[in-house]
Amino acid sequence: MERSKNRLNPGWIGLIVAAGLASLVLLVAYLVQGKNIALFNPKGEIAQEQHSLMMFTVTVLFAVAIPTLSVAFFVAWKYRDTNTKTVRTTNARVTGGSHSKYLVLLFWLIPTSGIILIASTMWPATHRLAPQNSITSDSKPLQIQVISLRWKWLFIYPEQGIATVNFVQIPVNTPVQFEMTADETPMSSFWIPNLGGQLYTMTSHVNRLNLIADTAGDYPGSTPEINGAGFTGMKFTARADTQTNFDQWVQQVKESPNSLEIGTYEKLVEPSENNPVAFYSGFNSNIFDNVIMKYTGTSEGHMDH
Amino acid sequence: MKELLIGKLNWDALPHELFTIAGTLTIVLMGLVIAVVLTRTKRWKWLWNDWLTSVDPKKIGIMYFIAGGVMLVRGGLDALMIWLQQAMSSGDSHGYLSSDHFQQIFTAHGNIMVFFVAMAFVFGLINYIVPLQIGARDLASPLLNTLGFWLFVGGIIMVNMFFVFGGEYAATGWLAVAPLSGKEFSPGVGVDYWIWSLMISGIGTTFGAINFIMTILKMRAPGMTMMKMPLFTWGSLCSMVMAVSVFPLLTATLFLVYFDRVLGTHFFTTLGGGDPMLYTNLIWMWGHPEVYVLILPAFGVFSEVVSTFSRKAIASYKSAVFGMMGVSAFALSVWLHHFFTMGAGADVNGFFGVMTMVIAIPTSALVFNWIATMYKGRIRFDTPMLWFLGFIAIFAIGGITGVMLAVPPVDFQLHNSLFLVAHFHSTVIGGVLFGVFCALSYWFPKFTGFRLNERLGKYAFWCWIVGFCLSFGPMYVLGFMGASRRLDHYDSSTGWQPLFILMLIGGIVIAIGVALQLAQILASFIQKKKLRDTTGGDIWDGRSLEWSTPSPAPFYNFTVIPHVSTRDAYFEMKQHSIPKIVYEDIHMPKNTAVGIYISIFATLASFAFVWDIVWLIVASIIGIIVTFVIRAFDEHTDYILPADEVQKLEEAQAKKTSADDRASAHMANDTDDDMGLWELITIVVSFFLDIIRNKRWRKW
Repeated sequence: MERSKNRLNPGWIGLIVAAGLASLVLLVAYLVQGKNIALFNPKGEIAQEQHSLMMFTVTVLFAVAIPTLSVAFFVAWKYRDTNTKTVRTTNARVTGGSHSKYLVLLFWLIPTSGIILIASTMWPATHRLAPQNSITSDSKPLQIQVISLRWKWLFIYPEQGIATVNFVQIPVNTPVQFEMTADETPMSSFWIPNLGGQLYTMTSHVNRLNLIADTAGDYPGSTPEINGAGFTGMKFTARADTQTNFDQWVQQVKESPNSLEIGTYEKLVEPSENNPVAFYSGFNSNIFDNVIMKYTGTSEGHMDH
Repeated sequence: MKELLIGKLNWDALPHELFTIAGTLTIVLMGLVIAVVLTRTKRWKWLWNDWLTSVDPKKIGIMYFIAGGVMLVRGGLDALMIWLQQAMSSGDSHGYLSSDHFQQIFTAHGNIMVFFVAMAFVFGLINYIVPLQIGARDLASPLLNTLGFWLFVGGIIMVNMFFVFGGEYAATGWLAVAPLSGKEFSPGVGVDYWIWSLMISGIGTTFGAINFIMTILKMRAPGMTMMKMPLFTWGSLCSMVMAVSVFPLLTATLFLVYFDRVLGTHFFTTLGGGDPMLYTNLIWMWGHPEVYVLILPAFGVFSEVVSTFSRKAIASYKSAVFGMMGVSAFALSVWLHHFFTMGAGADVNGFFGVMTMVIAIPTSALVFNWIATMYKGRIRFDTPMLWFLGFIAIFAIGGITGVMLAVPPVDFQLHNSLFLVAHFHSTVIGGVLFGVFCALSYWFPKFTGFRLNERLGKYAFWCWIVGFCLSFGPMYVLGFMGASRRLDHYDSSTGWQPLFILMLIGGIVIAIGVALQLAQILASFIQKKKLRDTTGGDIWDGRSLEWSTPSPAPFYNFTVIPHVSTRDAYFEMKQHSIPKIVYEDIHMPKNTAVGIYISIFATLASFAFVWDIVWLIVASIIGIIVTFVIRAFDEHTDYILPADEVQKLEEAQAKKTSADDRASAHMANDTDDDMGLWELITIVVSFFLDIIRNKRWRKW
């Protein structure tokens, strides 16, 4: 039955594909060596749990998909036209097909059981890891108000009495609650991948995101949601450090000559790209509420929705 | 006065930047070349009568394919430009594009690939194949079909119009998220082009979908009950039902965006009581089902191909039908998974997460069904089957990553990252595009009477596979590294650049794959005598009714409408004897240019809406109404082809066929003589050398 001599046989093709994939994986592994693969490099409880949940999901899915794919390619290979040593069905017709009802039941039961397993883990995890939930800890949570502006991030520390732009410092092992809104900015998203998942910031809404860091370090933050021309440059650094260093840093910022008064804020709201880091030793305490009021007419907007 | 006459249009709107000038020149040049060729070969009349005004779904299907192919190249160039920028723009280097241009290019890439490539191919297939599969001679409403097609062409014109007027397309992402797409943040005409391009092509899609639902429900051959329909027809029906359910939603949403932009309403702005979250919900209530509109016909294609090439009936027909219906039913209730990160509570997120995962069940059941179909079969590995195996592998990755994204806490980390981009390219390239390529190599002999070159087809297939792994493998990893989508620049400390360069290389390999596919089609036309299907239209030993007709099928599809008693109707007929032909009068629709006229007016109106040219809006809408009324009073829209005329046509065709059969002694199934790449290059080069050497242009 062999129609042509110069054709590769399927075994060789399989080997070449496997070798090609393996070398691609090795190449990519080599290229990212020593770099921050944020999702596999969690630096806090939330990121850690999200990572574990992802790994659990992938494991279950691979457990179903790899055997399925192997069977698919094996069947395709075994029943190839040119294989002379195989028993085949003689009935190619519709009526009296050779497949039992139980087999069809299996088509549906295998994926259903996999999905039940994932969904039953996912449901409680979704509730546990809801970004609005405060994190239980011995330390008193730190409040930080976040306003996304075109195209920079403003952070206000109400208790410390300071404000910063495109830089946020937090103490390790202390839960942090970000209260987030936006001003004169299209929908943006607040994301520090090493510490946990993102949440949108929108005018007239306050979204609450709770994160915690357990290791000191500088972690990149960004808006992955497109919001206009300066979108790519709307980056910030999240620095996690010890409580002592955090307190010191607050004192340093307090010595800054600038203060975030209404006038300064109004200038800050003007669009700007690749905004440098800025520190403010104080701020007008009405700013955050005014931003909410501006769009809703009430002082708190919708709480959660 | 000027404003009254030409609205916002002014001299500044004409192209004055390098890339718009280049675009305009390309369009003008291509138009000129086509016009010269048509004039020289005296083909204008032929083009108008035989193609443009045709109501034959087979011809409209091929025109969809040509439009989709051209747009695939256009959207592919966009992709290469995006990847080139990303590969260059790290650290101190800012690449060759401004961030504004970059954002326009990826918006255009997304719109073109979804609306004008994937949709074009899917509608092309449905047009050509569904009537043949259900034993119908034409569609329920032939006029609605040409109108749908020409509105789609109007959409293509509008999406490319910015090259000529205005110089900018939307820089908002392919779904123009609110409030970014509002007048405040996007004051230019880019978003207006986006609105009106999607508006008219979307309305065209709604028309097409209504028409196919009617056709499939009402025009099946006698005896073909719903549960005897071929699976591609089932996939198309599910897809079209979904399109009818969600495309009006798109149209309404686009109107609301337009009202916000032009009339100053506040549906999607927070100032004035609106809410952008409303837009996000509305656009995804359409946007998510849209991807299933594309994938279901592809599932149908794979069901046909696996069954035909394994030489077995599908393992469980009912399971396949319920699988496709399940996918379309659940697809309407998962839209919120596109924005788990907008701040909804855990119950809402959890519910939509579960619904999303549930879709994996019918999809997996389909995959198991295909495997069981191959089991104990006699599988031939022609290119359609290769595309199927490629689909299984890549779509599995798309499915796995899809379920990962359906877990809300995991999605918080992966959303809007390149992981997400890689996910939907795995499903859309692996599922929809591979499905279309599979269908093209499977049904090409039906379209033309000769099969595609197998050798070049296999090269193209492997280029796609290798290119896909090279570009989207690293893209998943970039997502893990925290790289978000749509970045036109990143710090060199991130270490992303080598991966972006790999992606660019992958993109180039895919581009070679596309070039090889074009070469494949060219080589097949050159070698068409050798590749001729001498089996009388049934080259693959097919199972459904389209294979019972000659290739290509006559314009009336069936000389005698077949009577169906089983599934895989033609395969069963072949087991018995095929009934003798008794010629009969055939009732056919006349060609009409009404679709073109209405579409021209609609495109003019869209253009006028973009530039606020009030008189033109009014005039075009009056034009549409008048055309419609004139058509409504036209009572001569169809004709009878008498039985003896049919007989004459058939006998002439039979004579020609048998002469051609004698001329080509080859069996079309033998692929060893298929032209290789080198041979093709030699032929093409010597063709042009011949023209130059012998100064053949003098004769033109």
